[in-house]
Amino acid sequence: MQLELRPDVSVYAAPDVVPLLSISGVTKTFPGVRALSDVSLKLYPGKVTALVGENGAGKSTVVKVLTGIYQPDDGEVRIDGRPVRFPTPQSAESAGVTAIHQETVLFDELSVAENIFLGHAPKGRFGLIDKDTMAARAREILSDIGAKIEPGATLKDLGTANKHLVAIARALSIDARVVIMDEPSAALSHTEIEELYELVEELKRQGKAILFISHKFEEIFRIADFFTVYRDGQMVGEGAISDVSEPELVKMMVGRDVSQIFPERDHNIGDEILVVDKYEHPTEFADIGFTLRRGEILGFYGLVGAGRSEFMQALFGITRPSGGTVKIDGAPVTIHSPADAVKSGIVYVPEDRGRQGAIGALPIFQNVTLPSLARTSRKGFLKLAEEFKLTREYTERLELRAASLDTDVSNLSGGNQQKVVIAKWLATQPKVIILDEPTKGIDIGSKAAVHEFMAELSDQGLAVIMISSEIPEIIGMSDRVIVMREGRIAAELDRANITPETLVSHAAGIREAGL
Amino acid sequence: MSTASHFVPDRLQTPLERRLKSWESLLMLVAIGIFIANSFASPYFLNAWNLSDATFNFTEKAMIAFAMALLIISGEIDLSVAAIIALASTAMGAAVQVGVGTPGLVLIGLSVGLLCGAFNGILVTGLGLPSIVVTIGTMSLFRGISFIILGDQAYRGYPSDFAFFGQGYVWWVISFEFVLFAIIAAIYAVILHMTNFGRAVYAIGNNATGALFSGIRVARVKFIVFLMTGLMSGVAAVCLTSRLGSTRPSIAFGWELEIVTMVVLGGVSILGGSGSIPGVVIAAFVMGLVTFGLGLLNVPGIVMSIVIGALLISVIALPRLWAMWRPR
Repeated sequence: MQLELRPDVSVYAAPDVVPLLSISGVTKTFPGVRALSDVSLKLYPGKVTALVGENGAGKSTVVKVLTGIYQPDDGEVRIDGRPVRFPTPQSAESAGVTAIHQETVLFDELSVAENIFLGHAPKGRFGLIDKDTMAARAREILSDIGAKIEPGATLKDLGTANKHLVAIARALSIDARVVIMDEPSAALSHTEIEELYELVEELKRQGKAILFISHKFEEIFRIADFFTVYRDGQMVGEGAISDVSEPELVKMMVGRDVSQIFPERDHNIGDEILVVDKYEHPTEFADIGFTLRRGEILGFYGLVGAGRSEFMQALFGITRPSGGTVKIDGAPVTIHSPADAVKSGIVYVPEDRGRQGAIGALPIFQNVTLPSLARTSRKGFLKLAEEFKLTREYTERLELRAASLDTDVSNLSGGNQQKVVIAKWLATQPKVIILDEPTKGIDIGSKAAVHEFMAELSDQGLAVIMISSEIPEIIGMSDRVIVMREGRIAAELDRANITPETLVSHAAGIREAGL
Repeated sequence: MSTASHFVPDRLQTPLERRLKSWESLLMLVAIGIFIANSFASPYFLNAWNLSDATFNFTEKAMIAFAMALLIISGEIDLSVAAIIALASTAMGAAVQVGVGTPGLVLIGLSVGLLCGAFNGILVTGLGLPSIVVTIGTMSLFRGISFIILGDQAYRGYPSDFAFFGQGYVWWVISFEFVLFAIIAAIYAVILHMTNFGRAVYAIGNNATGALFSGIRVARVKFIVFLMTGLMSGVAAVCLTSRLGSTRPSIAFGWELEIVTMVVLGGVSILGGSGSIPGVVIAAFVMGLVTFGLGLLNVPGIVMSIVIGALLISVIALPRLWAMWRPR
């Protein structure tokens, strides 16, 4: 790690320096859950403070307190040492606090400039929006952060990474003193992440206080000056990054030692269960063919937009392929809808948990049993006792944490929502489970639990397809990897040939010497 | 807090506790209040026959409202229900002219309702059109056909035994319509709250994409609910035509709004995803009691609609205002 590049931070951590923003004694309770309990946090001008913790540790809640979305039950927030209150998001914004959220709310049908200035657009005569000034200032901000985006472009025409840059530009347009970045690199590619780091450096030079939330230790150690650790809604540690090691930080986060190693597996690979041949789609993918065996974990690697999710959604019956066949256990099956796929034993855990994976406003047990109602009911009539029994069986295996099984899924943390979705599918007793970025945006403890569980499933003979953009995960978990590029299979690699170099070069289409 | 010892209970609240704190309980209090107010306001109110008459104010609308509740919970709406009544009634009237008997008339009324529901359902689920637009269109279409056929004429001459559906009494003051209303309410309560189908309706209304990704046949479920709504409009057409004994093209004019009002007053979210049949039943009584009470006081019809509108807005706004006072 680049320890030598970091300035001596201990000077700034001295007690006589007033933090730009600080909170202390903050408590926030929701029905059945104490999200924050007497937590504190300090942000210094020109410094990056990393807030680390598992999913459900209270990170998102504290961000919502700082941005005026939630009111704390107790405790105080200070800016420049003076107590402040943020009864509304607008009051936080005018105090100079801005956040780039995990899923920042942007508007697809509006232009880039309109998205950046929504709510604080420059006004001209008669209080109308001064479009020229707005476009010019948007152009200025975008070029400051090195984004090559036209201010007049419609947002929906941009890719994920560019949308993210628009979100960052929006945060900067508010002239903030405190910038909260909630997993800003989650959707970005390698080069874009480098640009993000440069941007953070620029913000530091401007004297802004930055709160940086990330699950990636590599970047925490690279760009943060200080750290604060939350666990189960309590603060368990803080200090200068230079005084802490990665294992120490992990231990604080999870309260125990966590092996960074991927789980041991039997690699007990059985008969062919799934055969896909010549699957194609008019625009998204072409000529996809592969086989999958019982007990096997087949990794799908590729760049964002390589067509992996699109292919899987076609296999799951969400979209119609224009050609190709699927065989399960040697028998051809027709899949026109997800219901058909589930019936054939193929299930899909989508990347987009909130929209596709779970039904937030329904309780946990109703989510889990939704595809299994035929089994938990009698002649079409619900049997709630059976539903609770089935839900309990699978959620306990996944160590789900919730106030009760009757709790709405939207009240759970991201990691626990993912557990509900996985439990829902395991309860259908599938033959093939497709996991689309199963550990994206979840913390290290839950990540290890998901990996552990995947290993267990494959050892029990379930065939697993795992889409992942994380190279360590692909290498650590897969028996075989299919690399996709521009909608086609670029390479199929067996265990011996899966290396970071082969994955990246096939995914990017680079032909390296000696490959 | 260690993971291994973390026990998750099934429920924190019993279903009964949840119900007592619910919208339905509040609405029940409103209904009781109106009942008491009515009995003080008019000496004629507490009379078995008068009360029995009052039920006709809501029974036909409520039959449709139950199916409409499922439709709105699933995230769709059908504004053509009153026009379906007109078309079904016109079809029955035309059949009377060629000498079709009572069983045939009922069959025709129900079939026209089903066909209209199927037509709406195909346009919405097959072509993926928004139901509010589709059913505004079919509302004009269905009633337009009635107007073309009837003009300013009316069909009369329904067979005498046909009158039973809208005018018959099963026992003492208990009318056939009221019994039918109760049976349909029970059937819809069972469908929505106790079956896999009802669960699917809720899932779709909360998150149609999530339901699709969970293996629910979303289009099929929605289509069936459109069929049910059409069928209920057919049932209401039989009862109303039988009660009036004649068919004019303006029959049941404007009912769609009263039915949607009844559903929303019953606690069904207009955005879909939540609501209950007991709520709609109570709302039906509330609306019936209000119209009847005002009728006894000789309040004109236009004032009644103002009162119903004000009632809807205040009953819906009250919980919101209450929540605003208490900070989060």
